[in-house]
Amino acid sequence: MKSFAYQKPASAQAAVGMVDPMSAAGQGGAFLAGGTTVLDLMKLHVLTPDSLTDVKTLLPAGIEERDGALYVGAGTTMAAAAEHPAFRDRAPALSDALWKAASPQLRNVATLGGNVLQRTRCPYFRDVASACNKREPGSGCAATEGVNRLLAVLGTSEDCIATYAGDWANALILFDTQVEVTGPEGDRTIAFEDLHTLPGDTPAVETTLGDADLITGYLIDLPDWAWRSVYTKVRDRESYAFAVASAAVALDMEEDTIREARIGLGGVATVPWRARAAEDYLAGKTLTEETGLEAGRIAFADARGWGHNDFKIPLGQQTILRGLMEAAALTREGTQ
Amino acid sequence: MAKTPGGTNREGPRVSRRGLLQGSVASGAAALGNFAGGAAQAQADAQATGSTTPTVSFSINGKTQTATLDARTTLLDYLREDLDLTGTKVGCNHAQCGACTVLIDGARVNSCLTLMATLEGSEVTTIEGISDEGELHPMQQAFIDNDGFQCGYCTPGQIMSAIGCVREGHAGSAPEIREYMSGNLCRCGAYKGIVAAVEQARDQVEEAG
Ligand SMILES: Cc1cc2nc3c(=O)[nH]c(=O)nc-3n(C[C@H](O)[C@H](O)[C@H](O)COP(=O)(O)OP(=O)(O)OC[C@H]3O[C@@H](n4cnc5c(N)ncnc54)[C@H](O)[C@@H]3O)c2cc1C
Ligand code: FES
Ligand code: FES
Repeated sequence: MKSFAYQKPASAQAAVGMVDPMSAAGQGGAFLAGGTTVLDLMKLHVLTPDSLTDVKTLLPAGIEERDGALYVGAGTTMAAAAEHPAFRDRAPALSDALWKAASPQLRNVATLGGNVLQRTRCPYFRDVASACNKREPGSGCAATEGVNRLLAVLGTSEDCIATYAGDWANALILFDTQVEVTGPEGDRTIAFEDLHTLPGDTPAVETTLGDADLITGYLIDLPDWAWRSVYTKVRDRESYAFAVASAAVALDMEEDTIREARIGLGGVATVPWRARAAEDYLAGKTLTEETGLEAGRIAFADARGWGHNDFKIPLGQQTILRGLMEAAALTREGTQ
Repeated sequence: MAKTPGGTNREGPRVSRRGLLQGSVASGAAALGNFAGGAAQAQADAQATGSTTPTVSFSINGKTQTATLDARTTLLDYLREDLDLTGTKVGCNHAQCGACTVLIDGARVNSCLTLMATLEGSEVTTIEGISDEGELHPMQQAFIDNDGFQCGYCTPGQIMSAIGCVREGHAGSAPEIREYMSGNLCRCGAYKGIVAAVEQARDQVEEAG
């Protein structure tokens, strides 16, 4: 690890005032929350900030009702949020996506602010000897013709096919969510769907945050039918693994008919992904294996495989079907 | 053999359920108040402007200490290299295996991704700190009784994680134990014995709090 200065300011405002950029401009500030992404990547010399600004204890922690919506502090740990009744009872997808992520040890320290900003697990991004436009703009992408089994099939470009690795963001994107940000110019909100940016020809830029912008919390507008939501995660092993494909699904149902469906995808795309065309198709339909699979086909209509990861297209379609069926099988009490 | 500095705190600190569940939103800044005043304040001021060699005060297995360290120092490095507490093992060094698991303020964490600089005011419990004057902790005894290991390399991490698992309330059934012990890999594949050990020690650990 490169030498760095540890700084612990007294307030979030002070943190914004003193934080160094993580690396080149446009890649966020060098904040330290749980450290489970940032220290991992500093040990690999992928990140080499001059300082780390510790914000973990400066951020609001906890979940509460606020103006009819759910306010979630960015300092809330993954473990605390996964267990919180507000998630478990009102939007189980938000809880499932957390307890199915990482490990209990990691979840005890990782925060929901750092969680949405976690970096890709692309092996070429993590290896400083490889070409990677995300790590070193202009150096090329070793993944498009490399071992790309776990990389993305949606939202890719010739310059980058790195998968967005996180789980929770794929469930959060189902709901109308405002990200509360504190920055050098004061406070503002960003719609969660606008937070992450497609790689295009600037894969090093991953979000619309400025270099000193600090996420302080999320305001989530949950429809009253969000209790019918699940996070279905397919992995290479049953636990403690990133998604090969995952589907966050929320359904508003009238008997067997779908009034509204919402689908988020993970493990297959470069950013947290909302499958809107598939959602539109499902509105007004009866949920059957046929309509569920058709929704899957629509969601992956524009997908592009890169060789080793071609299987993710049929797998992703099947994962959507499974997620839809699991959501439909939920009852109000949460029993299947 | 590892030294056991002042290992009197048999169970380590209790988990505060309130702290873990975080029922209502707390402003983190208030917590800083605990350390205001005197040397701690001077330390806080230095860290507020940044230091490559921060000074921190913390306790390990019940023994309070203060150290000035390279900011890069992880808890795992410090335990093994500086304190000779080599019971905590290095596996992957990247939070992928669980061999380095310890308790911080009662919660299980990977010490390989924990910076010493962040531990101001924290209480750390390692495998060396759970037995009482030579009497094994119930979880240690349960691992022996159930063949919860083969080579033993992953075992300190498994035991610390198992204590955390029970205290978090996630040892209710064998499937739940498997899911909530998944952060600890065992290369020898002693998983069956590990699950049985956690089931055996569960009630005693729960009672002890
Ligand atoms: C072995 C392993 C397995 C994992 N498996 C999974 C998995 O299956 N699913 C999954 O979803 N995740 C997984 N993760 C990733 C893990 O969930 C993230 O590392 C964690 O959530 C990040 O949170 P943190 O608080 O530790 O962030 P940090 O590492 O502290 O920060 C992450 C990034 O966000 C920035 N940052 C942090 N907080 C803020 C803020 N409030 N405002 C602005 N910027 C901020 C930091 O500067 C840094 O760039 C895994 C990680 C490891 C090491
Ligand atoms: S050494 Fe820390 S998890 Fe492997
Ligand atoms: S006992 Fe050998 S690694 Fe677990």
